[in-house]
Amino acid sequence: MDFTLSPEILQMKAAVRDFITHEVEPAARRIEEEDQVPDSLIEASRALGLFGISIPEEYGGLGLSMVDKCAIFEELGQTINGYTTILGAHNGIGSVGIVTFGSPEQKSRYLPRMASGEWVGAFALTEPEAGSNAAAIRTTATKKGTRYVLNGQKIYITNAPEAHVFTVMAVTDPYRGAKGITSFIVEKTFPGFRVGTVEKKMGLHGSHTAQLYFEDLEVPEENVLGQEGEGYVNALKILANGRAGLAARALGSCQYLLDRSTRYALERQQFEKPIFEQQIIQHYLAEMATEIETLRWMTYRVAWMADQGANVIKEAAMLKLYGSEVYNRVADKAVQIHGGIGYIADYPIERFYRDARITRIYEGTSEIQKNIIAAQLKKEYAE
Amino acid sequence: MKILVLVKQVPDTATKIRLNPGDTAIQTDGIKWVINPYDEFAIEECLRLKEKAGGEVVVLSLGPSRVEEAIRQALAMGADRAIHVMTDAVIDSQVAARALAKVAQEEGYDLIVTGKQAVDDDQAQVGALVAVELGLPQVTVVIELNVDVESRRIRAERELEGASEIVELPMPAVITAQRGLNEPRYPTLPNIMKAKKKEVKSVPLDSLGVDTTPWVRVEELTLPPERPAAKILTGEPEEAAKELARLLHEEAKVI
Ligand SMILES: Cc1cc2nc3c(=O)[nH]c(=O)nc-3n(C[C@H](O)[C@H](O)[C@H](O)COP(=O)(O)OP(=O)(O)OC[C@H]3O[C@@H](n4cnc5c(N)ncnc54)[C@H](O)[C@@H]3O)c2cc1C
Repeated sequence: MDFTLSPEILQMKAAVRDFITHEVEPAARRIEEEDQVPDSLIEASRALGLFGISIPEEYGGLGLSMVDKCAIFEELGQTINGYTTILGAHNGIGSVGIVTFGSPEQKSRYLPRMASGEWVGAFALTEPEAGSNAAAIRTTATKKGTRYVLNGQKIYITNAPEAHVFTVMAVTDPYRGAKGITSFIVEKTFPGFRVGTVEKKMGLHGSHTAQLYFEDLEVPEENVLGQEGEGYVNALKILANGRAGLAARALGSCQYLLDRSTRYALERQQFEKPIFEQQIIQHYLAEMATEIETLRWMTYRVAWMADQGANVIKEAAMLKLYGSEVYNRVADKAVQIHGGIGYIADYPIERFYRDARITRIYEGTSEIQKNIIAAQLKKEYAE
Repeated sequence: MKILVLVKQVPDTATKIRLNPGDTAIQTDGIKWVINPYDEFAIEECLRLKEKAGGEVVVLSLGPSRVEEAIRQALAMGADRAIHVMTDAVIDSQVAARALAKVAQEEGYDLIVTGKQAVDDDQAQVGALVAVELGLPQVTVVIELNVDVESRRIRAERELEGASEIVELPMPAVITAQRGLNEPRYPTLPNIMKAKKKEVKSVPLDSLGVDTTPWVRVEELTLPPERPAAKILTGEPEEAAKELARLLHEEAKVI
């Protein structure tokens, strides 16, 4: 087994690390307090190419394999999660649908502008009455001539205020359940489209999550993504694809917390010696490091399997579950090792602790991941 | 315009330098290698000149195979192609200059740009020696560069101690870059991908037919003495200030 990354990817990681150190980290406090990423930082991120991570080279993106994408996401995970969520949602669920299911016309219309970051992407599935049970969505899409007319409401849509392009799931045939759902590419300029208020959140400041209202929203028929009736399956595939990237970002954040915690433990003196000398602190760090290493190889193995074209539904669910849970445990220990300063907002640790919490909820809760894993096990063993 | 930029790979400035007794070179295992920071200013200036006047920027580097990483970085910043003079030998500034000048001569350039010095051995000789080898005019420690492509003349501001000097010279010429000349760009991710496909020509040092006998040999290398531990003054501010003044005067001898 060869775990080495190519020289280009190492170079990209170094470029991203440089960018984080010099451009993102100095802005982190401001992003957190104002719940807003400065336009200049978004502009600089575009210039660096951070909006084209998932998009094929022929459409102006980087054309990376999943392993390589994860290597970049791991690096991005090392900084303020609100900022990286904008990029994560765009490069993950916000654009992968068009990359995977888009027609050549759809790809050439959307992907180049998404790769450059001119058009930000978002993914709209969740509704007030359909969270974990995503097949229960009620937004309707009725065909009228060469258009579909959409009516309904979406909630918690990441990037909604910034995005131009939305992958939207809506019901085209209410009698067919999950098989009556279709995915559409919706532009914010289509008549009948409205973004609601931006939610106030526990964490992920700088990333905006908002409601969407569709009031006789008109979508041309050429904007059906994939086949009619396959929207639910598409959504599941898009989410499964996003899971490795999500875990890779969690991994980066965990690594950051381990670095900070270990250095702090070696420096902080109590009882005339560094707190690192306390065996319990050593054990916290050893546990963190071991779980992080496990997560790292799980991330790259699942990414590698996906690159081989393997079905990774089960493994991606395991990875999402494990990555989120490890991130939360690591963040909790990081706060504990830092003591009081770990709870103080002048210092980044409490921010990571709050940001970690969402990973167990969005893009499928931990409980739902276990359901997916179990369903796959049943399939394997019942056969 | 055809521009050549000379790029040296050096240990990252944050490297902890390690030496074993009797060593005449630093221990290189585990070192992170980077482009010499002054050469980054040189690369950036070349790219800006090309963006204004057209033409091409060629990177020229000398050293073992690890140097390719620095070359790829320069290509990712936007240089067009590269020449790598391969050698594992320890060479001095004179040999380096001869080899670089030989390669430069073979293709002919309008401008040769490099950093004012390399931050590894800080000799600040190679740029100047290349100009001498080629018999070209040179301007060193440049903080502002204006090139008039039509008249083929250069106007450069160079830094002197406490002053600056403006000089004019004809092309072709050799320029060495000082901090302040510009702000080097980050290589963008798409450009890193594109750099993969750019040409890097590898030329063994021995094939150049230059005299590789060094003029300078390192006899001995020692680390600077350890800095004594910091003194922390405690007590009443008035007392501490008095003690500080005494120490600055008597021990540090700075006031
Ligand atoms: C910050 C943020 C960003 C988001 N971004 C997006 C986005 O970009 N696009 C989008 O479409 N959605 C997005 N979401 C929505 C997110 O995916 C949902 O919140 C999530 O799937 C959970 O749905 P819910 O909130 O309705 O919780 P519920 O489904 O009501 O779940 C409540 C609890 O019940 C548990 N539960 C529910 N059903 C089961 C079951 N069958 N078995 C076991 N336990 C179960 C859950 O695990 C959870 O613990 C975002 C949410 C947030 C908070």
